[in-house]
Amino acid sequence: MNLTLHVWRQRSADEPGRMERYLAEDIEPEMSFLEMLDVVNEGLIAQGLEPIAFDHDCREGICGTCSQVINGEAHGPLANSTVCQLHMRQFRDGDEIYIEPWRARAFPVLKDLVVDRSALDRLIQANGYVSVSTGGVPDAHAVPIPKINAETAMDAAECIGCGACVAACPNSSAMLFVAAKVGHLASLPQGRVEAAHRVCAMTEAMQREGFGGCGNHYECEAACPKGISVKFIAQLNREYLKALPGKILGK
Amino acid sequence: MFHPTLFRNPVVRKLLMAFSGLLLAGFIVAHLLGNLTVFLGPNGINAYAHHLKQLGPLLWVFRGGLLAAAGIHVSFGLLLTLENRRARPMAYYRNKPQRSTLAGRTMIYSGLCLAAFAGFHLLHFTLRLLGPEITPWLDALQRPDVFSMLVIHFRLAGFVLVYILGMGALYFHLSHGLGSMLQTFGLNNARTLPWFGLLSSLIAALLAAGFAAIPALIFFGFITVQGGAA
Amino acid sequence: MILDGKCPAGPLADKWDKHRQEMKLINPANKRKFKILVVGTGLAGASAAATLAELGYRVEAFCYQDSPRRAHSIAAQGGINAAKNYRNDGDSILRLFQDTIKGGDFRAREANVYRLAQVSNAIIDQCVAQGVPFARDYAGYLENRSFGGAQVSRTFFARGQTGQQLLLGAYQALSRQVAAGTVRVFPRREMLDLVLVDGQARGIVVRDLVSGEIRCHAGDAVILATGGYAPVFNLSTNALGCSVTAAFRAYRRGALFANPCFTQIHPTCIPVTGDYQSKLTLMSESLRNDGRIWVPKNRLDERHPNDIPEGERDYFLERKYPSFGNLAPRDIASRAIKEVCDAGYGVGPGKLGVYLDFADALARLGEPVIRDRYGNLFDMYHHITDEDAYRQPMRIYPAPHYTMGGLWVDYNLQSNLPGLFVLGEANFSDHGANRLGASALMQGLADGYFIIPYTIADYLARITPGQVDTNHGAFDQARQEVEAQLNRLLAIGGRRTAADFHRELGQIMWHNVGMARSATGLQEALEQIPVLREEFWQNVRVPGSGRELNQQLEKAWRVADFLEFAEVLTRDALHREESCGGHFRVEHQTTDGEARRDDANFSHVAAWEYRGTGQAPELHREPLTFENTHLAVRSYK
Repeated sequence: MNLTLHVWRQRSADEPGRMERYLAEDIEPEMSFLEMLDVVNEGLIAQGLEPIAFDHDCREGICGTCSQVINGEAHGPLANSTVCQLHMRQFRDGDEIYIEPWRARAFPVLKDLVVDRSALDRLIQANGYVSVSTGGVPDAHAVPIPKINAETAMDAAECIGCGACVAACPNSSAMLFVAAKVGHLASLPQGRVEAAHRVCAMTEAMQREGFGGCGNHYECEAACPKGISVKFIAQLNREYLKALPGKILGK
Repeated sequence: MFHPTLFRNPVVRKLLMAFSGLLLAGFIVAHLLGNLTVFLGPNGINAYAHHLKQLGPLLWVFRGGLLAAAGIHVSFGLLLTLENRRARPMAYYRNKPQRSTLAGRTMIYSGLCLAAFAGFHLLHFTLRLLGPEITPWLDALQRPDVFSMLVIHFRLAGFVLVYILGMGALYFHLSHGLGSMLQTFGLNNARTLPWFGLLSSLIAALLAAGFAAIPALIFFGFITVQGGAA
Repeated sequence: MILDGKCPAGPLADKWDKHRQEMKLINPANKRKFKILVVGTGLAGASAAATLAELGYRVEAFCYQDSPRRAHSIAAQGGINAAKNYRNDGDSILRLFQDTIKGGDFRAREANVYRLAQVSNAIIDQCVAQGVPFARDYAGYLENRSFGGAQVSRTFFARGQTGQQLLLGAYQALSRQVAAGTVRVFPRREMLDLVLVDGQARGIVVRDLVSGEIRCHAGDAVILATGGYAPVFNLSTNALGCSVTAAFRAYRRGALFANPCFTQIHPTCIPVTGDYQSKLTLMSESLRNDGRIWVPKNRLDERHPNDIPEGERDYFLERKYPSFGNLAPRDIASRAIKEVCDAGYGVGPGKLGVYLDFADALARLGEPVIRDRYGNLFDMYHHITDEDAYRQPMRIYPAPHYTMGGLWVDYNLQSNLPGLFVLGEANFSDHGANRLGASALMQGLADGYFIIPYTIADYLARITPGQVDTNHGAFDQARQEVEAQLNRLLAIGGRRTAADFHRELGQIMWHNVGMARSATGLQEALEQIPVLREEFWQNVRVPGSGRELNQQLEKAWRVADFLEFAEVLTRDALHREESCGGHFRVEHQTTDGEARRDDANFSHVAAWEYRGTGQAPELHREPLTFENTHLAVRSYK
């Protein structure tokens, strides 16, 4: 099939960008979206033009590197999927496809569709961990954890850190990303010890990094390739309410 | 006592919006219950107005609290909107919302409409600066004759239109706001998630319809001086 | 040269404890004077960087990804082994050791493997303490599953995303140290050279993949945890950024490359659909616990798999290996699949595929149980193939997945270059000629959390910290060489893209140096690779400049290194005149087509020393002795 692409091109972080039009010809329905871009890029290189820069790595939906807004949807039209797992059978011959980078103040564009997501790393550095050092820990069976809690923790821990929640949020908020980590660790006894400090530190870091606030629009959940539920944002709010008295009393 | 960064925390701001919103919504429910006394005729609503007046200083305490809640809700609402816009300096060329509602995305506009409507409503009913003057203002039992004011003013299409539009904004605002509030208070879970949105719309619709019914019924002649008194 | 693995003397079970007692320690106040450079932030790199920083060293960590959390360990699905014996099914450290040695077809060092089994239990404890949400039963205790090559259930897992969860645990530990200021992470940096001063590893040269700037970093020791080289086959289950570059650059600087021909072809991957294909997707080996592998008995059978009656199906793994059946080790399963497809019994496009059927398991356990166990894998399969594996069998085919070979290291994980340590998949040490499922995660974390912190101290305690900085002439020279090669790549202006050369190299390697290798095929590859490399340096086209984010330039450098490294791999395969594990030489097989090992002549590690591009590398041997295991013919029948 043949498609018309409108792709965001931007030489560097400091230069303005614009949408450019390209033709993608003889595309097979079995191709992944990124393979389609590979084919387009090979064509551009052959014509002496600069290929489109885009982030990608594992191409199996787990590393969280790929990051494109396709026709106004983060990771494109297929639910619970990353761009790399989106296949061209989702499109029809003659379609026009708009491809844009994640857009948020906290995710500056580096080039074309490549953005800087180091803000997400800094959120995890704000106590998005259990403060345990290597060695000297009890046997793994020392503390039984109810299956349902372990499952809830896993539901949240599946986050791949791609940033689609931020890209899709009308407010560019990272609340689902933060809530996934807060929810993951707060559901386990090992993470409870620091739960109060964690929820405060991570949400404060989110504000510092220039993400917007959560407006409960739930676009994040719809865009999340792992389908992480906004119930974790409700859990984050509960955790924060629990932490608040200590915070106010300066404990 | 209060950490200086506390009010910069996005969750604190959310909680402030939700809590002030809850107070405002509580007021709206009380206001509607009071308004419904109109269906009892002059003896209903005029007596209600009379009792309110008799609360004296308590009424002012109540009004002060309401003003504070409104102040917090509006100022943080504006602040959050500006901040959230700053968080995305460049809009998408194509944007296809999946889950969010028009009501949710336009909270600032429906909120500003409601603020304007509240101002109009205060000028109209509390300060009585708009519309034909009602004389005498006190009825035979020396109570404010709110009933007459209602049935006279709501025969005028302009007034009815403003009130109906105001209630449209109320519906819009609450349909997102109520469910959002429950989420912010952490009352949501996987099972309640699909229902809270629906419940929110339903309650918003009931409230807005309850208020709007009064001007509408009066305009179309279902409540008249004679009818209401009967 | 005969290499010395420096294994401690004494009984196997006491070696590591004894060695730990004998190694030197560094005073806590002195640790901060040492700077350690860690390249790669997967399981091995992140766990090492975090642990060393916790101990007090200053650490700089580098990764080519935009975040340390995206290293390819994240894609490991199935699980991690440990000898906990929580199931009471007879597991023990000794049994895990024996299974791993046997699984590796007796081509790994006994002492290393025993130590790996010993520390395996501590890994599980550590991960649970970090908040890794392993699967649990209703009593709240950890679940286990069985995995290929083992008859006990010793594999711990977190749904189908065990690697992800373990990596996030290590990444979070690393993030804690970043917050504490003890680690600096340099993401989007690719190591392009190793710097030696007086024969000791003292630093690295990296390219900032955003600005294109070439920078030098100096340290007291360098740790490479840069993964394997499976993309030498072009199509593999590895991430597209995975490359041999860091390890190969160390090799060019004098580090020995050991057993490069030991590559693992994973049996359960989604088959290729076309020429444009950029990668192959692995379906976790755990699927073989409940899936049955078969092909039609009639090679012309064109019916839908659901319409082929039971009697007309050949469950060839169950037929050939009755005691292990569908759980036969990876190398054996892969070769059996290749054999049936080569004989024309394959299914799907190009007849390169076999069925992995869940119908029996679905009938026995019900769809909810299967969904619970493998839901994400079935979803992934559906995304890629548009087929519903709950209704019809999956199609699978083997694909390059893991490389057991790697830089040669001694028992301390130190290469032959002092100060250069190599961890995880990047070294050669623990898996011999074939890695068992769920052992890669175990090895990466064992190296990073529990081995390198001890062994590196023993090295550092013998040197003076901060002896060299980047002003040393060796750094400037290395930087100039890197810049010269980048400029050379950019200046060629040929007609073919780097990806195009990579595809062609992949074809040569897959057909001649893949699952079944012959002397003639290997000789052919050794003729074709230099020709292709020659053409690459005449005809590759790299657009753009070096001073910007340039993904084509990154790719071209990696392909250039693969084009040299492929030759080393092929030479090693030619040298090893035996079949063992993932290395199958058609000349060396039994009458029924099984691998025939030659313990008399090849019970050694083949470690290759660089002698110049296009020159034959020099072979060094480390003899392998087996004092605690019986050198048996591996049988899974």
